[in-house]
Amino acid sequence: MDVLFIIFAVLTVVPALLMVVSRNPVNGAMFMIISFVGMAALFVLLEAFLLAILQVLVYAGAIMVLFLFIIMLLDMDEVEKIKPGTVTSIASGISLALIIVGVAVLLGSDGLAGQSVAHLAAAPDFPSADNPMGLALSAKAYGFGLFTKYMLPFQLTGVLLLVSMIGVIIISKKRETSQGQEQS
Amino acid sequence: MELTSILLKIVFAVLMIVVVMTMAGYSVLIERKVSSWVQGRVGPNRTAPFLVNYIPFIGPLLVRMGIFQPMADGLKFLFKEEITPGHVNKTYYFLAPILALVPALTTMVVIPFGQYTDPSTGASNPLMLAPLDIGILFIFAVSSLGVYGIVLAGWSSNNKYSFLGAIRSSAQMISYELSLGLSVFPLFLWLNAPGVEGGLGLNAVVDYQQNFWFIFVQPLSALLFLVAIFAETNRLPFDMAESETDLVGGFHTEYGCFKFGIFFVAEYAHIVIGSALFTLLFLGGWHFLPGLSDPWPAGWIGAVLSTIWFLVKTVILIVFFVLIRWTLPRFRYDQVMKLGWTILLPLAIGNLILNAIIIALIDSQ
Repeated sequence: MDVLFIIFAVLTVVPALLMVVSRNPVNGAMFMIISFVGMAALFVLLEAFLLAILQVLVYAGAIMVLFLFIIMLLDMDEVEKIKPGTVTSIASGISLALIIVGVAVLLGSDGLAGQSVAHLAAAPDFPSADNPMGLALSAKAYGFGLFTKYMLPFQLTGVLLLVSMIGVIIISKKRETSQGQEQS
Repeated sequence: MELTSILLKIVFAVLMIVVVMTMAGYSVLIERKVSSWVQGRVGPNRTAPFLVNYIPFIGPLLVRMGIFQPMADGLKFLFKEEITPGHVNKTYYFLAPILALVPALTTMVVIPFGQYTDPSTGASNPLMLAPLDIGILFIFAVSSLGVYGIVLAGWSSNNKYSFLGAIRSSAQMISYELSLGLSVFPLFLWLNAPGVEGGLGLNAVVDYQQNFWFIFVQPLSALLFLVAIFAETNRLPFDMAESETDLVGGFHTEYGCFKFGIFFVAEYAHIVIGSALFTLLFLGGWHFLPGLSDPWPAGWIGAVLSTIWFLVKTVILIVFFVLIRWTLPRFRYDQVMKLGWTILLPLAIGNLILNAIIIALIDSQ
């Protein structure tokens, strides 16, 4: 099992890095897909089959297709010439430093071998919850939890997605009516 | 013991690939024979390996049926000159056919194809490679990856016709994936209705159809699923991806010889898997006839008989796929999109809600 874990972990992390550094956006999208599939394989190793399949179905199968779809309509030669500006470089450097510090704080004093992170990751519920739900992996248990105990977070996520969707529609829509009003 | 079980699994997987690939090859023959029958032609009737013609009666009959034609077709693809156009993006150009075929062959892992009844205990088990609890989701997930083969083929070919074909087909596949998924959800609602422990596996669907078939109980679901699967396999009323009249060859315009052969086989493998899926979901899988108990005896004879019955249903559906292709004209692209978004999708959602309400009403009584 450890061998499989190492293979899939490398398959997740290395393409993720390559996705960030690759100049060609199509290569970047393909690396991202590989990374998603690798992550799905990691879920399978945890026996979370439903999560693994949703990962492939939603991210690799639907969202990335749309990404690739848009990227392919771009002019590749123009896109590859774009160089990141000074402000962007500095901002990304600061973010990287913040992430490293954050992970170090999260790991605590005893580093990667520490039990606190492993405990946090393996806990089946909110760490502070009074009556944690048992760890269940079947699709039915997952749906049951989603519609009973976790109803509020579930609904809030749905509203968030709806808000972002409406925002995208408004931003991407051509403003013909307002221009028409200005002209008249 | 560990090694034997792994070896056994590999042997089973290879056997299954051989069966599906053979069926894909012979679907091409079915296509050619049915098309010739529809058009009043003879179809392939000459191909004969040496000496077969000298076997009395059977030999010439097999030759006339074109049984050896798929082998000749396959060899032709292998022996053609391997041409790579100079203006393509090589990596993705070679990767695309593989990406088109692999998902088609991966989906068959969760497809059950027969049942084995233990003679001593009477317990029956489905025959399948991986008894996954969420088989139908697995099939949707893996087959949604198949679109990358087409998209990358169109883009890497660096050709306007290829690219248009790829764009059209990916838009079409994304649109119809929604209807495809939503059309089968009512089945699984009934399967997991209060008091029934079904799960999302395909063998559970077949078990549930012991006495009645879903096509009679859920005809709307069956129709929606059939239309969506036609669109997903890029078959003729929906073959926007390769409509010859306006796109030359669509996404595989720049592909020749064996690479084209892989695309070709992938398309027919999709048809085989789609037919098998329709059989499992709506036609009762390997169950004999609606209302009748299975006549399959216990033991391996029954297992073989049930598998043959399942394959018979699948082949009938493949012939239906082919007949539709040679009967209906091609849609226009905007008609395809309109059908998908304004008719199929609302119908599928309405069907799902209706079934949910019925189940809730039955449950509340």
